[in-house]
Amino acid sequence: MPDKQKPYSVPKNYLFLQDNKKNMHELSIAMQIIEIVKEEAKNHAAIGISAINLDIGKLSGIEPDALEFAMEEAVKGSMAEKAEVHYNYIQAVSVCEDCCLEFEVQDYFKTCPFCNSLNTSLIKGKELKIAAIDLITN
Amino acid sequence: MCGTCGCGEDDHITYRKPGDHSILHTHNHDHNDHTHAPSHLHEHSHDHSHVSSHEHEHTHTINLERNILSKNELMAERNRGFFEGMKIIALNLVSSPGSGKTSLLEKTITKIKGKFETAVIEGDQQTLNDANRIEKTGVPVIQINTGNGCHLDALMVNKAMKQLEIKQGSVLFIENVGNLVCPSLFDLGETKRVVIISVTEGDDKPAKYPTMFETADLCVINKTDLAPYVDFDEEKLKATARNINPNLEFISLSAKTEEGIDLWIQWLYDLKSAD
Repeated sequence: MPDKQKPYSVPKNYLFLQDNKKNMHELSIAMQIIEIVKEEAKNHAAIGISAINLDIGKLSGIEPDALEFAMEEAVKGSMAEKAEVHYNYIQAVSVCEDCCLEFEVQDYFKTCPFCNSLNTSLIKGKELKIAAIDLITN
Repeated sequence: MCGTCGCGEDDHITYRKPGDHSILHTHNHDHNDHTHAPSHLHEHSHDHSHVSSHEHEHTHTINLERNILSKNELMAERNRGFFEGMKIIALNLVSSPGSGKTSLLEKTITKIKGKFETAVIEGDQQTLNDANRIEKTGVPVIQINTGNGCHLDALMVNKAMKQLEIKQGSVLFIENVGNLVCPSLFDLGETKRVVIISVTEGDDKPAKYPTMFETADLCVINKTDLAPYVDFDEEKLKATARNINPNLEFISLSAKTEEGIDLWIQWLYDLKSAD
């Protein structure tokens, strides 16, 4: 089979939006983002949304390509259609509860690189939030 | 739009009990329920008395710091409160498709029948097959068909359990959509999350799907009767999974031969008596 797709790229059959069928959790997340910013815009009597700043931890379970693609689709026809979306991907950091070392992690493996303890906790990298939005008002 | 699944207005999620050919309940979104009585007169008196014709647009930055899954989390906490108040143990069973969740449930229900009240919520993209299998064991069951959805969310569980009439003190099994990725992100309000893996899937599953193993409380290793025929290193699986989640417990069993199933039943008893 020809291997034209990059790993993690959005598959070709990802066309469900056209017939209004939704799957994949990144799209659920994108729809939820739009829902929240619309609500906020309404509460502030805004006439438009010019920017959305997202904080996404690298271990939040979100695939960046899929989320960015889903966001492009999710904003269509909404107040946020022209908004600039900024993605702040946050490097995951753990702290060792035994030797207090703070270290960057790329995955879920928990071993402390200094003392090999498993007693470590993730302190950054699980974020999945809307940090700020720019609203246009009269 | 419902909870977090983004299923919008197309109402493709269905909730059915075995034997029902009609769809019991589709998504009724409250915001669709606006009915305006004909006598309701809206007086629109737009009185534009602005002196200045120069209206400047301003941009304000609102620091939201809001969790994107906050709606799901709020609903999950409501479910959790309901479970606590009703002394219900709710177990979210997650796994890949075909790991033997339904078979294990069938066996479990037969074993604990008469000891605790049991109820089941089945999640699948399509069909009533699993609910029909569970119904034969005689416990209340409801099937959620998520259509294209890849996971159950807290709102779906909330709607399903309202129809299920769960008795006080029950053990509620929520069989999630067979998927080791997305369900890990969605808290349903469960008491414990149980990840089920079968020996035929390979011992590198925790390394491949760490999020699921990181959020689980118990890992059930199923189909141990097939272990001699496949390359499956149980100790390697446990070591990898513990590296991701040191608090994860393990039970090895075969739902088919019932070998080791007593450990699982004992785990349920312990959970129930600790409640």
